Amino acid sequence: MKDSSPTTREQTPLVAVQNMHVTFGLQSVLRGVTLEVPLGQTLAIIGESGCGKTVLLKTIIGLVRPTSGLVRFDGHNLAELSDRELTRQRVRFGYVFQNAALFDSLTIGQNVAFPLRQHASESQSRIRELVFARLAEVGLPESVVSKKPAELSGGMRKRVGLARALIMSPELMLYDEPTTGLDPIMSDVINELMLRTRIQHEVTSIIVTHDMRTAHKVADRIVMIYPVSRLEPDEPQLIFDGTPDELETCGDERVLQFVHGEAGERLTEMQQTFSDRDL
Amino acid sequence: MAAIAHDLLTDWGTVVINGIVAVGDLGIFCMRTISWLFTRLPRRETLLPNFYQVGVMSLPVVALTGTFIGMVLAVQSYQQFRALGLQTQLGAVINMSLVRELGPVLAATMLAGRVGSSMAAELGTMRVTEQIDALSSMGANPIHYLVVPRFLACLFLIPTLTIMADFMGVVGGYFFAVEILGIDKHHYWHNSEQFVGVFDLLSGIFKSFFFGAAIAVISCYRGFHCLPGAEGVGRAATAAFVYSFVMILMIDLFLTVMINSVYETLWPEGVSLI
Repeated sequence: MKDSSPTTREQTPLVAVQNMHVTFGLQSVLRGVTLEVPLGQTLAIIGESGCGKTVLLKTIIGLVRPTSGLVRFDGHNLAELSDRELTRQRVRFGYVFQNAALFDSLTIGQNVAFPLRQHASESQSRIRELVFARLAEVGLPESVVSKKPAELSGGMRKRVGLARALIMSPELMLYDEPTTGLDPIMSDVINELMLRTRIQHEVTSIIVTHDMRTAHKVADRIVMIYPVSRLEPDEPQLIFDGTPDELETCGDERVLQFVHGEAGERLTEMQQTFSDRDL
Repeated sequence: MAAIAHDLLTDWGTVVINGIVAVGDLGIFCMRTISWLFTRLPRRETLLPNFYQVGVMSLPVVALTGTFIGMVLAVQSYQQFRALGLQTQLGAVINMSLVRELGPVLAATMLAGRVGSSMAAELGTMRVTEQIDALSSMGANPIHYLVVPRFLACLFLIPTLTIMADFMGVVGGYFFAVEILGIDKHHYWHNSEQFVGVFDLLSGIFKSFFFGAAIAVISCYRGFHCLPGAEGVGRAATAAFVYSFVMILMIDLFLTVMINSVYETLWPEGVSLI
């Protein structure tokens, strides 16, 4: 189902991250990250928890400002845009949050219709029609529209989050750990939905995940981020950039340890760190 | 010794710098709220639930607070004024204290607890669960969508609730002084009318606009800057009340001094209860 055309990487990048650093207080989260995502590509960003994957995703949409470096979306430097222009650009993004981030006070129907009500001047009946169409696309019945997010299961909430992200027909989909916390069957349903979204809407996608099944099934390119705290001062933070097949033949032990899910010496290291702190 | 002094200096320096940063941050937050207020007003469906929450839902607690303030004032003043043979002046004292000071300040304090803490907890939860990020990601400005409606609700409804607290305080004070303590009804109202003027009533309501604005800005700011987890939300709610309360008292002092100087300019002879 994947369409990993070899020419994709030669196209103009839709997203370009150039030598980006993000620091919170004294803690460096992203260090000198450079990354380009061409139009139409599905990129999976993998890496262990706390390595800065979500921060990178939030920086791409302008929710986190980089400490230094540039983020360009379709040639626009997000940091230089006025509030109004940034709003206009953000309509071109669809963001699926880790825990769906549905508005508790609104019904499912109001949640999905929210971006339309903010930006489009569609009639009430047209909005209803679009909401039902998007919900049907993610496999949810019309009866959920009047429910509140708290009444739905985790998988259903994720699908509502996907329907909401798709309602404005975005050009770039950002998924933050879309399968985390779901059972294997529901995880695969979400994987299938991401694949269908790509085909039906011809979107560029960036998926942050540590689920290797998702990365292999959905992505045509994978990059791996390594935590800054575990790097030497002159080491790059992106330790892998290639296709899913190349990931299997990668010689870097750090990549293989993650891909195969091996703890190695981590537990001993952690215990050592804690006992040093206690002393 | 030098090391201890160095540590102390570093700690105090950090506290001072953090304080300056927080005040600056709050100032920017306030300016952004005001700027959105004049750029585009929120939609009716966003405004109405907030007006309902702040106004309608606070009515019982504010009415109860006002009634009890009036009654307590009657009890406290009665002993002293009776000793001086001035118990008929009780109406003036109760009603003057109520409309100028206690009604606005205690109603605002009650609302900082009821409305402010709830706003901080709600927005804090939205921050923690990434709902505020979701708003931004969909091209909606969180200040415009979340803060401006709450600011408007507090700005207009806290003065309205103060009028309610004043009214209920007057009723409560009258009930206790006349019906329970047995003060002459005619003298009670006559003295009130003689000493409590429109200026006194308006000065209290004028202050409540500032109290409302302070409660909204501080509570929303604490919610927006909530730390992660249940503990973070709890702290945001507590801090919203504590900082709002301190700010209410500071604004009250500043405005009372200002209003008194205006009063002295307008009526240099003043009024005396005796």
